[in-house]
Amino acid sequence: MDLLQQLTQYAFSGFSTGAIYALIGLGFAIIYNSTGIINFAQGEFVMLGGVLTYFSLTVLRLPYLVAMAVAVAVTTAAGAAFERLTIRPLKSPSPLSLVIITIGGSIFIRGVAMLLWGKDTHALPPFSGNDPLTVGGASIMPQHLWIFGITLLIIAANKFFFYYTISGKAMRACSHNRTAASLVGIDVRKMVLLSFVISSAVGSLAGIIIAPLTMTAYDVGVMLGLKGFCAAIIGGMSSGFGTVLGGLLLGLLESFGAGLISSGYKDAIAFIVLLLILFIRPQGLFSKAQTERV
Amino acid sequence: MKRDYLLFLLFTLVVLVAPLAFEGGYLLNVLVFMGINTMLAVALNLLLGFAGQISLGHAAFFGLGAYISGVLTANHGVNPWVALPIAALSVGVIAFLLGFPILKLKGHYLAMATLGFGIIVFIVFNETVEITGGPSGLTGIPTMKIGAMEFQGEMKSYYLIWGFTLLTMLLSINLDHSRIGRALRAIHDSEVASRVMGVNARFLKVQVFTLSAVISAVAGSLYAHTMTFVSPSSFGFNFSVELVTMVIIGGLGSIFGSFLGAALLTFLPELLRVVQDYDIVVYGLLLIVMTMYMPKGLAGGVASLARLLRPAKKRTVDHAQG
Repeated sequence: MDLLQQLTQYAFSGFSTGAIYALIGLGFAIIYNSTGIINFAQGEFVMLGGVLTYFSLTVLRLPYLVAMAVAVAVTTAAGAAFERLTIRPLKSPSPLSLVIITIGGSIFIRGVAMLLWGKDTHALPPFSGNDPLTVGGASIMPQHLWIFGITLLIIAANKFFFYYTISGKAMRACSHNRTAASLVGIDVRKMVLLSFVISSAVGSLAGIIIAPLTMTAYDVGVMLGLKGFCAAIIGGMSSGFGTVLGGLLLGLLESFGAGLISSGYKDAIAFIVLLLILFIRPQGLFSKAQTERV
Repeated sequence: MKRDYLLFLLFTLVVLVAPLAFEGGYLLNVLVFMGINTMLAVALNLLLGFAGQISLGHAAFFGLGAYISGVLTANHGVNPWVALPIAALSVGVIAFLLGFPILKLKGHYLAMATLGFGIIVFIVFNETVEITGGPSGLTGIPTMKIGAMEFQGEMKSYYLIWGFTLLTMLLSINLDHSRIGRALRAIHDSEVASRVMGVNARFLKVQVFTLSAVISAVAGSLYAHTMTFVSPSSFGFNFSVELVTMVIIGGLGSIFGSFLGAALLTFLPELLRVVQDYDIVVYGLLLIVMTMYMPKGLAGGVASLARLLRPAKKRTVDHAQG
């Protein structure tokens, strides 16, 4: 395999993991924009998607599509319950207590998953066959195409929801100004709940489509969640295009870094990028700085 | 103020006498770890409880202290008593340089940045196999010695570690009652307001971050020389979260609270050993429930209980003064 083929190969795998990071990042951004919360439990929704599909498939012996639907439904319910039980009852939420509560939530969800389904790693079967296709000399798995396709679909649906439906517009209003939004009759609490529902659904989908490539287990959520957060930070916490670009950029950096520099430091790349961006451009690569209001 | 020192004196006495109750063995070993955890929790509390700045990467400073001390003594034959200050100083320099950019961030962003730093350090521990021994760990770290006396076995380790822990607590109590302690609390309440009042918030935050990291590094060095073995898995993200849990459960800004939190989290895994693996679920629930219903932690709970038990008349007087 010559260098060009190798680079194409890196680009493909970079794009597909990048797409996953983008989806997870979207989940972060959606919740952040309507509530101002960084949901540290976001990665656990991703984990739940993969693990629940695996167990609906093998233990309940459901057909693949139904198993996925069950996984998304259960994860979404878990997301809604999490908001309802821990976030909403807070009387005076400070960023510190919200960070700690969502961390507690993520530990709790991970622990329950471990107790219910054990510590083993499992692979989901690929959606359609295992024969690699050859594109430009590089081989690409059909699963990569599924990832691209489904990611594009989710992003498009997301765009449609936030710009062309009443609920979506109401959620955007909340992200601009919660008090003003409630003054024009938007039920802010319902929108917060809705943001958790959407982002847990998106997160679980991301977990399902990546599981055939990278395996799934009770503890995959930590890393995936953090990488998704990096993507959202690069994109400046926008629930649109910025985060998608951020995810792809991160995926490519990681895949080229692992291929050309060292695979051991692959995970470090994402966090070095995260620190650099937070230090130099905390508002993200693609947006203007805002001044802090006191 | 006087009450804190009185409590400290009492606490010191209990700590000094405690090991006589269980001559050696397993429980004393647990108490040694409790000492290390208390030291770490008090250090993190300076940052989290006093200054209100979260760090999800404190296990990295603990680990850096342990590894710098361990590598110097095991691979280069440096005396442990020399290695300890070198470890503390180098971690101090790292924290000071890191502090300026990282403490500009607030809330969630600070949490994520410190977390990222912790994970990078963790990866370095694992990947620099020639120096650290990689995932399988670093062996052959010598124990501390004074003259011919070697700090080996539970009893001697206990007094060595609790000596340092008590010093850390005393230092923190002093800091709490100083001008700096009050300035830090002002930053916690409102950074802008404290700056308006003439507090150099940015520099003070970096200073307390550095101090907290240095104490953690000392704890790390002591840990390395007590265990004589270190491996990366003790310094990962989970341990950073565990440290935050100790501080929160104990009570933000309370030195003795940090001890309570550390004690609980050291004993809990031992108690939960029967129902193995449940501990992680219990941690998660504890974090959520404590933050929601007992934001002042165990120390706050004890204090309000004490207030309730006192006669009503005295309570109103207290109230007027407080």
